[in-house]
Parts: sequence; structure tokens; C-alpha cells
Amino acid sequence: MAQMTMIQAITDAMRVELKNDPNVLVFGEDVGVNGGVFRATEGLQNEFGEDRVFDTPLAESGIGGLAVGLALQGFRPVPEIQFFGFVYEVMDSISGQAARLRFRTGGKFSAPITFRSPFGGGVHTPDMHADSLEGLMAQQPGVKVVIPSTPYDAKGLLISSIRDNDPVIFLEHMKLYRSFRQEVPEGEYTIPLGKADVKREGTDISIVTYGAMVHESLKAAEELAKEGFSAEVIDLRTVSPIDIETIIASVEKTGRAIVVQEAQKQAGIAANVVAEINDRAILSLDAPVLRVAAPDTIYPFPQAEAAWLPNYKDVIETAKKVLTF
Amino acid sequence: MASKTQNAQLDAKKVLKAVEDQFTTLQILNEEGEVVNEAAMPDLSDEQLQELMRRMVYTRILDQRSISLNRQGRLGFYAPTAGQEASQLASQFALEKEDFILPGYRDVPPIVWHGLPLYQAFLWSRGHLAGGQIPDGVNVAIPQIIIGAQYVQTAGVALGFKKRGIKAVALTYTGDGGTSQGDFYEGMNFAGAYNAPAIFIAQNNRFAISTPVEKQTAAKTLAQKAVAAGIAGIQVDGMDPLAVYAAVRDARERAINGEGPTFIETLTYRYGPHTMAGDDPTRYRTAELDNEWEKKDPLVRFRKFLEKKGLWNEEKENEVIEQAKEEIKDALKQADAAPKQKVTDLMNITYTDMPDSLKEQYEIYSAKESK
Repeated sequence: MAQMTMIQAITDAMRVELKNDPNVLVFGEDVGVNGGVFRATEGLQNEFGEDRVFDTPLAESGIGGLAVGLALQGFRPVPEIQFFGFVYEVMDSISGQAARLRFRTGGKFSAPITFRSPFGGGVHTPDMHADSLEGLMAQQPGVKVVIPSTPYDAKGLLISSIRDNDPVIFLEHMKLYRSFRQEVPEGEYTIPLGKADVKREGTDISIVTYGAMVHESLKAAEELAKEGFSAEVIDLRTVSPIDIETIIASVEKTGRAIVVQEAQKQAGIAANVVAEINDRAILSLDAPVLRVAAPDTIYPFPQAEAAWLPNYKDVIETAKKVLTF
Repeated sequence: MASKTQNAQLDAKKVLKAVEDQFTTLQILNEEGEVVNEAAMPDLSDEQLQELMRRMVYTRILDQRSISLNRQGRLGFYAPTAGQEASQLASQFALEKEDFILPGYRDVPPIVWHGLPLYQAFLWSRGHLAGGQIPDGVNVAIPQIIIGAQYVQTAGVALGFKKRGIKAVALTYTGDGGTSQGDFYEGMNFAGAYNAPAIFIAQNNRFAISTPVEKQTAAKTLAQKAVAAGIAGIQVDGMDPLAVYAAVRDARERAINGEGPTFIETLTYRYGPHTMAGDDPTRYRTAELDNEWEKKDPLVRFRKFLEKKGLWNEEKENEVIEQAKEEIKDALKQADAAPKQKVTDLMNITYTDMPDSLKEQYEIYSAKESK
């Protein structure tokens, strides 16, 4: 097994699938010669040729439309949206078109597209580069939304996303691209979409989270352990659809829960998780389910970023409120 | 079922060639600083010529300082401008104060010369809210991050001028990559449909990050994209400040006379990386191409032209360089003096009236910040 960063694991997943399936195509702005602005597609054009891995003109809606058209031709497109803040330019192709193809064809056709895109805060990007917009996407039935938090998960989830017959939005947190390495198996392996992963077991409180906040939550759990609290950390991995079974089993065990997201508090994934817990496990709860989230303002590039983003201290503070309720 | 090939109804090659042939490059000063097109010479006084040179020298220094400040972590987001001075500054120089500029993120110099204080440009780069608080009477928008979005807004600003009967134009910039966006076509088409006083500039610096313009479009020139919108289009040597000035001045003239919008392609080059955030041009450009374009440098040719007229010398140039360095230092000091950005500042400006849900969060962050 090799030690890989998350971005290397992502490149490796695309390599595996380009090899496995001649219908897989990788394209987007600067993904060819340049290997992507983060080097996620580094070396792929060299290895598989310009027919399979190619640069597009600069137009996100064009990229999305091209993907839907290629899907209609039986291809399995893996387009890159250079930064997820640019998704507004391609919303129609994703939510208005790809997500509705099955609906429009009575279930006969589907759009097996994996829209890959970097997002997330803490890396000093300009406006429109760091926003967490997964809640916006999760509101659209017909698409799945996947967010890995480790190199191992990233590779297995990306292979599953590419093989999935429905459109998947695969969001890669920029801060996690090169923040640590992990053992990642060579060749192919898959991690099922829609399945959460218990990243740390515990008995006193469930911390449900995803993306970069998994690491803040794990850090918080470690601190809480020093004070005698045993926290369980659940990494959703797929934020739409969510793995209700794993969440509920954990909450029934601990009786307490918080949900942690990097996105703003209003609407969003965390609100949905809280609602599902209340729907299904309210009698198991010893305290209200609280949220840790960013404040309801526009993402501040980059001056107030550090104060704005939720961190492990916020997780500890909120967890304690619930633990001592 | 037709089994026989019919006679072609369309001579595609002929049609395309007829379009391409309309778009030759306007040049007034060649690389040696010689006037090659006397008839097109704009009406500029000696003082104006000197002022344009001063601005180009100043802005080259500003670019060098901005790059080094970015490397020191004292400036935030920065997209280098060296090579594009004629394209950016001569176009702004052809405007009047009442005209409105909608820049892309590389076009900070034109809005600074149009009146945005330099310290605010620095604050914008750092992501400080005060950077965007454009002073009254300065007719600029904040640099656009979404490629092409400013083009559609330009149609709106221009239509606003028309509705209010104001004799002014809206001018916008994008790059060669930007001409692929839907917004690019929509902006020009709307402005054309409303006969609005707009000037659209595409600075063709040949690369959209790494993608060469040849892969961006099948069109031989970008200028010809104006044809489909039914508006005037022209290609100019974007390394020639006089050609850029003449084209924009002429477009302005026609726009305020109610003769509609113009699209201008400037042929130029960015010497530096796309932005300071890790782009490496050696991955996609050759040193030969860099050298070829550096020979066309706008400062070099304009300096030669002015020296021959006795309007420029080394002493003048050094004066400008020193002045630029001083003013940049002062602007930086002023930017440093801005109060540290707080989350509550963001909350205060999110809505005109803060909703109750946000007021609750405001209390929490306010308590944290006062610790």
C-alpha cells in the first residue's frame, strides 16, 4: 500500500476508472496539460490521451451541458468544476437537466455524471471559491452529494461515484487536499455511497459531521475524553442521501447528539440531520440536538476567515451544553 | 430518402473568410515606437501623452510591488498585470470620469486610475470589507470573480445611462477565456438590442490560465464575435497604447451619440502567472513565446516614441518610479491601519435590516470578540 494525500488518492481513483471503463471521460478547465489548478488530474492526459482527458473552453454551463450530452451518448463523464463557487453558472445543467433525466424519460435514461469540484474554507481563496454549497445541492432530488474527509475514503467514494448510474456531486475540501497522508490500497476498491462511517466510537454523545469538520470533531472528541466524556464521531461521507440508520443507532446508544457543519447555519445538511433524529429517535434523547455551524453571512474571504469558520473549540463548547443539559 | 448529394447551399469556407477578412489588427505604433498609421493617430496633447506613459510606468512598479507583497503575505489575492498596461490603462485613459468601469479581477489598475484609492484596492485584495466601499463619485464596480458576469451587468449600467439621459458609457473587461462564457454573448446581445452605450473589451492575452486561445474557440479572431450580436467589433494591437486609446475613444464617441455598443479585442500578453496562488506558466507556455511577446512591450515602444519627440527621458522615468514606490508605501500603511475585520462587521452588512435570527448570532459573536 502507498501513502497518499487526498488529492493523490483522487487522481488515482480517476486513473483506475479511466483504465477500467473506456466510456469514462475526464474534462474541464485546465485539466489537461496543466493537470488541473490543484493538480488533481496530473499526468492523466499523458497516460490516457487527449481523447479521454481534455481541456474545455472556459464555460461552466458548457461543461455541464457537454456532460449531459455525452451521457446521452453512453459515456460516463467526470467533469471538473474548477471551484464549487462557480456552480451557479452550471446549476441548470446539474439540477435542471442531469438530475431530471430519469424523470423526463420515465426512468429509461440516466445521467451517470460525476461532477468533481474543490470547495471549503481556510485556504485564503478569493470570493466565490470557498463556500460550502452542499446544502443547496442536497435540496435537489435525483443527485447524490458526496464529501470525503480522508484519502482512503476519497478514492473508494470517487470510484463508486463514477460507477454510480445517477449524477453525483463529489466535493473535495481544499484544506484536506494535502493536509495529511494515509495508507491507500493500490488498484480498485469501493466505498458504498449513502453509508456513513463511525470515525471514533463513543458512548456519551454522537457528533454527526462531514468534510473538514470531521477532523475538528475528532480533535474535540480527544479533548472531551480528557474530561471524561466519550464522544462518537460519525462521518456522513454522503450528505445526500444521508445514512439515517447509522445516525439513529448511534443516538439510541448515546442519547445525545450535535451536528457539525462548515456551512452557514441557515437551512443546510445539519438542519436535515436534526430533523431526522427528532423524527425517529426523540424518545431516546436526553437533551436537545444542537448544531455547530458558521454564522449566516456571506463567506468572508480571507480576512475574518479564521474567526468565522467553526473549529474544535466550538464543537467542545456545544457538546458540553448537550452533555450537561 | 435522398440518395444523391445535393449541390451545396452554403460555401462555408467563403462565408467564414468574408467574416475573418473584416478583422485586421489596428496598430498605430509599431514595436520600434514608429508611427505606422498616421491617419488613425488620436488627438492627444504632449501632456496627455506623458501622463499615459507615467501611468504605465507607475503601474508596472505597482505590479512588481504587489507580487512581492503577496509573497510576503502582506497582500491577498493578486492577478499580475505586467504586459497588459496598454490594454488596461490606455482604454481607461480614453474615458471620462462619468463613465463607468466594470472590471474583471485582473483589472484593478484601470479602476485605480479611474478613482478607487489604492489603499482600498489593497484592502479588497486582503478581503477587507472597507476595500469595497467605493467612494462617492468614483464610477467603478468591484472586480468580478465570476468570469464574464460583468459583461451582462455592463448592458444594465449602459441601459441605465440611456434611460436617465446621461451622456456616458459603461466599459467592461474580460479575457480570451471569458469570451466562451454565455454571459459574454448575453451581455453584448442585450446591449445591442437596447442600443445601449457600452464598450466591451476582451483582453486576449492568449491563455485562460493554461488553455491557449486556439483551444478556446474555432473563431479566427475574438473581434468577429461582435458580428452575431449585431454590434461593431474591432481588433487592436493591445501592446500599442495609441491604438487602444484610439479604438476606445472612437467607441465612446459613437456610444454617446446613440450609435450603439462596440466590442474591442486587444491582442496582449500577461508576462506573469495567472494569479499568485500557485500557477506555473512554464507548464503551458514556452520561453520563446514569452520572449516574442516581451519584444512587443508597450512601455518600451511608447518610451521610444516619446523620447524621439523629446517628451520622455530617464530622469522623468526615475521620478515616476520613486513616486510610485512612495505612494505604494503610503497606501499600504493606510491599508494596515484599517481595523481588523470582525465577524460582527459582516453581520452588520448582510442585510439592510438585521433579521432576528442574525441578531441572536450577533450577540454570541459580539461576546466572543470582546474577550
